[in-house]
Amino acid sequence: MYEQVKGLKDLTTDEPLSPGHRLCPGCGASIVVRQVLLAAPNDVIVANATGCLEVSTALYPYSAWNRPWIHSAFENAAAVASGVDAAFKALAKRGEAKRHPIIVFGGDGGTYDIGFQALSGAMERGHRFLYVCYDNEAYMNTGIQRSGGTPMGAWTTTTQVGSARAGKVEAKKDLMSIVVAHRVPYAATASISHWRDLMTKVRKALSYDGPTFLHVMAPCTRGWRFDSAKTVRMSRLAVETRVFPLYEVEGGVYKITFPVASPKPVEEYLKLQGRYSHLFQPQNAAELETIKKGVEDNYRRLEKLSQLTAQLFTPPAP
Amino acid sequence: MSWKELNQAAVVKGGTSKDYIVSGWRVNKPVIDEKKCTNCLICWVYCPEPAILRHEGGKVTIDYDHCKGCGICETECPPKAITMVREP
Amino acid sequence: MLETLRVSALQGDEAVAEAVRQCDVDVVSAYPITPQTIIVEKLAEFVADGKFRGEFIPVESEHSALSAALGASATGARVFTATSSQGLAYLHEMLYNVSGMRLPIVMAVANRALSAPLVLNADHSDMMGSRDSGWIQLYAENVEEIYDRTIQLFKLSEDPRVMLPSAINFEGFILSHDKERVRLFKEEAIQKFLGRPRIKDKLDPSNPLTFGAIATPDTYYEFRMQQNEAMKNALAVFDEVEEEFEKFSGRRYGAVDSYNTDKADTIMVINGSAAGTMRAAARELNATGAKVGVLAVKLYRPFPAEQLLSHLGHASTVITMDRSISPGAPAGPLAEDVRSTLHGGGVDNLVMSVVYGIGGRDLSKEDGKKIFALAKEGKSFGTAPVMYGVKS
Repeated sequence: MYEQVKGLKDLTTDEPLSPGHRLCPGCGASIVVRQVLLAAPNDVIVANATGCLEVSTALYPYSAWNRPWIHSAFENAAAVASGVDAAFKALAKRGEAKRHPIIVFGGDGGTYDIGFQALSGAMERGHRFLYVCYDNEAYMNTGIQRSGGTPMGAWTTTTQVGSARAGKVEAKKDLMSIVVAHRVPYAATASISHWRDLMTKVRKALSYDGPTFLHVMAPCTRGWRFDSAKTVRMSRLAVETRVFPLYEVEGGVYKITFPVASPKPVEEYLKLQGRYSHLFQPQNAAELETIKKGVEDNYRRLEKLSQLTAQLFTPPAP
Repeated sequence: MSWKELNQAAVVKGGTSKDYIVSGWRVNKPVIDEKKCTNCLICWVYCPEPAILRHEGGKVTIDYDHCKGCGICETECPPKAITMVREP
Repeated sequence: MLETLRVSALQGDEAVAEAVRQCDVDVVSAYPITPQTIIVEKLAEFVADGKFRGEFIPVESEHSALSAALGASATGARVFTATSSQGLAYLHEMLYNVSGMRLPIVMAVANRALSAPLVLNADHSDMMGSRDSGWIQLYAENVEEIYDRTIQLFKLSEDPRVMLPSAINFEGFILSHDKERVRLFKEEAIQKFLGRPRIKDKLDPSNPLTFGAIATPDTYYEFRMQQNEAMKNALAVFDEVEEEFEKFSGRRYGAVDSYNTDKADTIMVINGSAAGTMRAAARELNATGAKVGVLAVKLYRPFPAEQLLSHLGHASTVITMDRSISPGAPAGPLAEDVRSTLHGGGVDNLVMSVVYGIGGRDLSKEDGKKIFALAKEGKSFGTAPVMYGVKS
């Protein structure tokens, strides 16, 4: 059971994030954090992996966090959260503390790659937390190096564009499928452009007593090379071109929460970002086609999964 | 500051970043045309800082100490009530 | 006064598990590794029988073990973990995190030699490789001491003047697996001794705090200085804890244990279980007219420099025994500490560095006598340790 997201005016005025942090102007990650925490109860505890978000919001003696917050290392946010969860469980049993919702923020680096093991272990053990992966599709904090979440064809400093290679060769890891394979009660993708869908998913996730997961796109004006005013628009285009479909998996049942019947051409999304500019050169036409086909195949896969899982599993009661 | 004066283990009280002024980061600043503003709060939910303050009845004002001038509010405002103006 | 529950024959690992259970620990987060596995297995038994009131997290790696412990400790809960060799090396990064964040986690280390080559048996290279991490480090000589120290360390770590994590070290198999007599205390006595943790800064929505902020070159050094000072405080608080522990238990070990050091002209400094064997060797030598002594170092970090100076100051020769190698170093780790202490304290005696027991290689009473004889010959000083017991 969760409280419906009515309107923006009904959201809390107890700002989760204080301004004055050092995130870039137009940073997608901070919009993700604000929207997630505005939808969550005010007594939430936040664990954060090392990365853009952490470094920029907690620089002694300044902290942008108006919620209890903990960071220690890059690869262990999910493990730290496991400890917080277990401790509050133990303390609550004694009546010494109350259990609070726990939200973990990890970038694609701290989630897809170095933090993968900790996330997998925490999900398998069934801890109660919501893990939000804010995905800016590269190790942005250390200077735009590729991650397992970098899409095929993207330029990064470790997938450079030259005569022998043009951007990342490998496809983006299908993180959602891996999370779903852990049979967590709830996992979903979300976009800051579709704030109501995002906030509903946050509340839905937090209503479960177990590990839940949100994969949110966090467009990066610096790493993706686009004007800072276009961050939200970039996220919206990703949804509208089917590059980043909005769906949820609840009790094993797939559901596309924002169906895109007539997608905009993928090029419309790619051409606004400097990291894809090489794809519009004639010698990279094949790569562009592979990318486009990948987008279509993925969306069709999700449609089929929605039909199949609706027949196989009983969706949980609302 | 001596080691005796620093907070133990670098633990910080939450929210202190608001004491850090980032107005110097921006080139352009947003200006709200109150006549056009419909108090929808869309700019507020999209502001990365947040440098948009909420008031009674959905009225919003810009926190110019903390606005970095990214321009998202201008791009997203449905009635186009916000304009990014070059700062002198 | 002695509030004993019963006398048991326990393995070192079992004694740790029993202590953790009795100390009212809130969260145990650990990953199994030989020779520490019995600790987690025993705790799991307690969980299954409803005898352990806390939460047991069966983490998926040692790095996550200490990470989860860190998160748990930040809520103000009492937290414990245990590991050995490869596991300790794996979580090495987190040792510095926990100590830098001033979290009073207690860790048991069943010392085991580091790979490669892989071996399961004891030496101190695992903890010696992490000795600079800012953890309080104790070494135990027998199982009852392991039990006592585990209890004491919660009190020492949680003291507001300290607030540093601590580790109780004991040799793998030799102490972790061998059964020895342990006089267990009544739970009420232990809980009265410890109380509940009263941590000031913790994760609490009523007072949102930020843990783990980044520093700059302007402040980092000062944060480390705070840690350094806390480590210094730990020396005095250690004595206070032992004093109070003695009141209800009748047992006290000291930061060092001395045998015949006041009368000896050759003193052997050693940590760990072999101290007992060396004392036996020294007693036999003294019975035939020698003047030797043994100083067992129990508190390793903070290093009890003053006590060492007072015990060793007058001896003409000091043999320091190291159960770990630092390749290329002029002496073993403990020998370096001893030499620095004596030199810094203005004492000019000869310190011989002897490496022994590597990879679980045994050290017998006869070996002890041979080493004392080596020291008498005076040949074995210089700028490299004697590799005693290696097959040449």
